[in-house]
Amino acid sequence: MSKTSRSLARGVSLIGAGMSKFGSFPEKSSRDLFVEAFLEMRSSVDREFDPRDIEALYIGNFSSDLFEGQAHTAPIMADAVGMIPRPAVRVEDACASSGVALREGILAVASGLYDIVLVGGIEMMTNLPTSEVTDTLAAAGDVLYEIPVGFTFPGFYAAMATAYFDRYGASPEDLMRVALKNHANGALNDKAQFGVSIPDWMEKRKASAQRKGKPVPDWTDEWDFLTDDRANPMIAWPLRLFDCSPITDGASAALLVADEIAGSFTDHPIRIIGTGQASDYPLHDREDLTSIQAARLAGQQAYQMAGVGPEDIQLAEVHDCFTIAELIACEDLGFFEPGNAFQAVAEGTTDRDGNIPINTSGGLKSKGHPVGASGIGQTVEIFKQLRGLGGERQIPGQPTLGLSHNVGATGQTCAVHIYRREK
Amino acid sequence: MTEHNRPFTAHSFEKYLEEGKLMASRCPRCQEIYLPVRSICPICLETGLEWVECSGQGRLAAFTAVHIGPTFMNEEGFGRDNPYLTGIVELEEGVRISARLLGLDPGRPDQIELGLPVQVEIIQLGPEEDRKPQLAFKAVNA
Repeated sequence: MSKTSRSLARGVSLIGAGMSKFGSFPEKSSRDLFVEAFLEMRSSVDREFDPRDIEALYIGNFSSDLFEGQAHTAPIMADAVGMIPRPAVRVEDACASSGVALREGILAVASGLYDIVLVGGIEMMTNLPTSEVTDTLAAAGDVLYEIPVGFTFPGFYAAMATAYFDRYGASPEDLMRVALKNHANGALNDKAQFGVSIPDWMEKRKASAQRKGKPVPDWTDEWDFLTDDRANPMIAWPLRLFDCSPITDGASAALLVADEIAGSFTDHPIRIIGTGQASDYPLHDREDLTSIQAARLAGQQAYQMAGVGPEDIQLAEVHDCFTIAELIACEDLGFFEPGNAFQAVAEGTTDRDGNIPINTSGGLKSKGHPVGASGIGQTVEIFKQLRGLGGERQIPGQPTLGLSHNVGATGQTCAVHIYRREK
Repeated sequence: MTEHNRPFTAHSFEKYLEEGKLMASRCPRCQEIYLPVRSICPICLETGLEWVECSGQGRLAAFTAVHIGPTFMNEEGFGRDNPYLTGIVELEEGVRISARLLGLDPGRPDQIELGLPVQVEIIQLGPEEDRKPQLAFKAVNA
């Protein structure tokens, strides 16, 4: 029998978070990037602490095996940050790997077994050519029934987009607004892989053509640019290049402690007041192709545990692996009624100064999507915003309540977390 | 093997495709039909499921035209400028399955409407010495 409401045996606080730069790093490996993330996490902890006090590591990673030829990656990451002989566990749930690693770390502290746990994520994707990356990511689909008929990850989300368009009357332009917003946010994030706004991107392309003595494209504005097949080629109709998150190398890290000791690390702990996780069927087996059941259920669990509702959330990082996914996420989490998210984006409701800022980091779209690192990458942004460390992209009003939403594959896994700054 | 004692595996499903049949599994207790095939009914946990042949008639539930495909489809000659259509079909038996789509123009996906009636058409892919069946549906009026 499943319980309707659950609580943690003891409270867990987030006291530090950091990430490597996201991008393409041919001269680095995932352990180098994890060290970068770890060092930024360590410097984000207000008071001096001894890293040897960390008792365990939970590391999210989709496929170091296929991307780097390296299996059994958890103890290697533990070694890289000086944690041997502490236990190290790799968590694999496709693109939700580190969202679930975060949850496993929370559960480990809540159980009373550990007081201080490191969680993180890694992925090193750019070593392979695009076709092999496509094949590797496809391994997160159903390789018996979905992949053999030619589905790709952009293809799955494109199919969801056709169902969404058909039901709600949205259009490719509505998806492009998500990309425009997220790139505008990412332009203010020095960790972002493509931290440039789309209008600036267009101007750079023009300038580059001019410099090389090539014909200068005559795009009149960003809409002209985004609907040009050469500038923004079709990947899987109706999704174009700028509807897709990039192929990325990156790592993320966060430090969790039991609430009762949080005060010895910082005066401003962020309590993780809600955690939820659920699973779902492959896409074709779902009753509704315009929503992700695992996200709805994980969200409900997290809200229930936290004792808050979607109307209370002040900012969220949601899993925008594709532009359509951000619209669906916002509806699954209850920020908008089903079918209303695309209008809310058009009205600016999800902008940094809107009612519910979404993906202030630039999201996976602009910041980059090193799949196993993305979930805790979202945690890093929530940490920064709740601590007032958002710099130029800091949202107004000193937010105290944030949410992260991390999806694996087409939604077979979803992990949702709710964070509250207490003081 | 006769139809009644083949295991409920993807391998059996593929063998049936080679024989030109689109087969699903059915729970004798609740009569629910499963495609992809299952050996345990998730509703009543019945394990004595049975094979049932689908009519092959269905309607288009969602689709895409893939321009950047996996290696095995690139080897079939598809690519950036030669996309293929794939999608999800809802069979008249009420189950949905992923499948290639034929008889429609992959260059004009904006002309394709959901709900379009389709009929199963099993095709063969791969090199001559290693042909494999691929589940596809063809637009009925095409």
